[in-house]
Formats: sequence, C-alpha cells, structure tokens
Amino acid sequence: MNNFPLIASLTLSLLLCACGGGGESEPVSIPNAQALSVGPGPSNNVNLLFTSVQICTPGSASNCQTIDHVLVDTGSSGLRIFSSLVNSSLSLPQEKDALGQPLVECGQFVNGFVWGPVKIADVRMAQELARSTPIQLIGDPAFASVPVSCFNTGPAMDTTGALGANGVLGVSMFAQDCGAICQSSSPGVYFACPASGCKATPVSLVQQLQNPVSLFSRNNNGVVIDLPSVAPAGEPSVSGSLIFGIGTQGNNALGSARAIRGNPSNGVFTTLLNGVTYGNSFIDSGSNAVYFSSASIPVCPGNRDFFCPAATQTLSATLQGFSGSASVNFRVANAETLFANNPNFFAFSDLAGTNQTDTFDWGLPFFFGRKVFIAIAGQDTPAGVGPYVAF
Amino acid sequence: MGGTMRVLPGASYIVHEIKAPSGTTIREYVSPAGSIFAVAWDGPVLPDLRQTLGDYFGRYTAAAATGQAGRRQIEVREPDLVVQARGHMRAFSGRAYLPQAMPEGVTPDDLR
Repeated sequence: MNNFPLIASLTLSLLLCACGGGGESEPVSIPNAQALSVGPGPSNNVNLLFTSVQICTPGSASNCQTIDHVLVDTGSSGLRIFSSLVNSSLSLPQEKDALGQPLVECGQFVNGFVWGPVKIADVRMAQELARSTPIQLIGDPAFASVPVSCFNTGPAMDTTGALGANGVLGVSMFAQDCGAICQSSSPGVYFACPASGCKATPVSLVQQLQNPVSLFSRNNNGVVIDLPSVAPAGEPSVSGSLIFGIGTQGNNALGSARAIRGNPSNGVFTTLLNGVTYGNSFIDSGSNAVYFSSASIPVCPGNRDFFCPAATQTLSATLQGFSGSASVNFRVANAETLFANNPNFFAFSDLAGTNQTDTFDWGLPFFFGRKVFIAIAGQDTPAGVGPYVAF
Repeated sequence: MGGTMRVLPGASYIVHEIKAPSGTTIREYVSPAGSIFAVAWDGPVLPDLRQTLGDYFGRYTAAAATGQAGRRQIEVREPDLVVQARGHMRAFSGRAYLPQAMPEGVTPDDLR
C-alpha cells in the first residue's frame, strides 16, 4: 500500500494559502484555537467542559463582553447565555418574525428546558467572528411567562446552578439547533411572543439558533475538541483546546482519524459491546459520563446515576456508523470511590452510569486523550461532507 | 395532540402509535383490559410529557430537577413507576411503564 504524505502536505499548504492571486506563497494561518477547561464551575459538578465566548453588539468590535464557564456541547447547536449575565449596554437586537413579533425559544434538553428570547450578536472565539448570530438569552425578565407546552417538556433550567454553566455553546454536527422541522411545523421550540402572549410558530433556518462555527468566514466546517488523557483516579482540572475547522490548518488535520457517519438527520449511530447492540448511540461532550445499560455492572448504592463495580472494568466497544467504524477501549470505575478518594477533583475519565437499553451516550470521558472532530452537515472536509464524528 | 394514529396488534396488548407533525412518535401500550401500562416516545423534539405521562409527570420532573447538571439521561425507578428519558436535540427518546400493571409475559425490552 502506498501513501502520499508529501503530496498531502503540499496540497494542505496550497489550501492554506488564500493569497488572493498575489505572488506571496507564505501560508496564511489565523489563530483558530481557544482554551477549554474542566474544573470548578457554577454548580461544581464533575466533567463539565467549559470555554469563554465573547459577544458583541452587531457590527462593533469594542462593545463586547466575554462570558466564561460556557458549556461546550456537541449535543446541541447555538449559543445560549443567561440573560442576567449579559450587560444591558450591549443592546443586543431582538430577532422578530415577519409580523414584527419577538421570537422566543424553548430550548430542549433532556434534563430540562431553557426559555428566553432570540437576540442577535456578533460572536467571537479565538480570532474567528460569526456576524449577526441568533443566540438565546435564557431567563430574560421581558419574557417571564413560559408557555404551558414548554413547561410540559420537563423542569426549567433557569439558574446557572441548574444548568451547571453560565451558558451553552452548541457545536454539534448541525448548523441549526432544530432544523427543517421547525421551519415546516411549529413543534413548540420557537414562539412568537407579542404582548398578548406567546404562540408556537415556524421559523426559517436562518432565524433559528446557529452553531456559530458555521457562520465563520473560514474554519467553518466543524470543530476539533482536543483534551489530554486523565489519570484513572481523576484530576483536579484539565486544560485543552477547541480548534475551529477540520483539515483547514496544521492544527486541525484529520491525520489517521476515522469518520463515523450516523443517521444523516441526527447523527445517531450504533455501538456494539459484549454482544449487545446499542442502536441509539451518540457522542456528546455535554454529557458528564459515559451512559449505557449493563446487565453486569452494578449501579451505585447511593448515587444511582453512576456505576459502582467492585473493581474497575476495562471494556472494548465498536462504534458502527452507516459508514465507518472504530473500536474504543474505556474503563468503568467505582464512581463513589472516585468521588470519595478525591472530593476536589473535577475531571474523571472512568466515570460511567446507567441508561436505557438501546442507548449508548459517549459523554465527556470519551473525549479525554483524544482529538475528536465534529463535522457540520453539508460542509466539505478532507474526509468528505459532514455530518460525521471522527477520532 | 395533533397527528396520525395507527394501531399495531401485539400478542398480549395493542400499541397506539401517534405521529405528530414534528416527526416525534408516541406509542401507547394498551392491555387487554384497556389500560395503558406503558408509553414510549422517539423523535427530533420532546413530546408534551405532561400529556404523555399524565399524573406521573410531576414525579418525572422532580427526578429530572434533582439530578446533577450535565446528565443527558433521566431515570425514575420505583416499584410502581419506571421512567427513562435520554437524548439530545434532534434525537430524543424515552419510555415509561408501570411494572405492576404489565401484562404477563411483557418485558421492558418490548417497550421501545
């Protein structure tokens, strides 16, 4: 088998040289990475991945505010920040429908909903800029009344403690948080809220919350989450990088990473473990553990979210997409022992818990010691068009 | 709830399958005596869980609200009620069942 490292690297440097026809051949490289951390946060829960995001008045490079401890979530799309943390001096414009009515969102997560208006902001991360991006301000008192249908999806995550973060940066495989169904129907995600009250409404794709990365002028085909490995006992904190773009610069090359392509509408793939098939599998940095059902590993006697095997289990699973597959080794430690031995640790690579029979949720522990590439649907990359996850 | 419904005959129960315009499907599992002993949902957005779970909705939200941040799965596991929900945007699913009301021979794995 031949390979072509020299030609590949030559091609890459040509791609990087967006020189506009000039005679210069110096590759253009812009800072496309920013810091990630796992550590103490607003709720002091373990395994929450944070970054900082700058939001600015649209068109302004100076009327800006940096929000720290924003949860980096590959399971959702769009930037959501608690309204109470945002300086009113930013005067972020309200997004409106064709009738001039304010658009407000019921953002859905399994562990609760976030309610608040869609505002327009310039979003800056590293040296990248997403202009006029629809973002959500959670808990804006101007829209205090939550529609019944939103309340009926679960509990409100209306405090930073409940969310575990000051906001959520959704960098999933999709450019919009909801997509075509919220454009063609009104399933209770977006609402038009005139003074008379809120009513569910369809919203065009461009007016939905956007994965800000998809709006960058370059490095806009996805992200790389690059985190170091974590010792079996855990660590007090972890630092890593959120890199923008896939195969666009030297720091985001796919290398030997394998792409797993799941269901094109939601990214879901299959995991095989010990002869069991988990047809509803996904990789989610916003989940704080690896969650799957096991007939042999006992849940903890106290905290029933997690597993508590007598001894750490080393397991090997296969991730199988519609195309692409890869094997993954991982460990399941006794969660209560982990927490008791090091109560001041916030990063745990061996943390797992129980889930429903066919589901395998590869949460943050999966990301430790890996570069994980999340390619946005419809965007071209050296491994083909997204959506896919590669590692 | 808007949507189309079809009835799926089972061995010892029937399933009412309701598909909402959003694409989310709800299945009601009905015993021969006519009682709904389980529900399951699956789709791109969450269904109206208060309507789906009825009087059990409060116990579900209480469990969801008391857990730690960062979970993407919620479980209620009590002698008379099991609720399991999981997923993320564009791919939510879950189920609820009443262990004491399950027809003989039906297991939780039948409910999906």
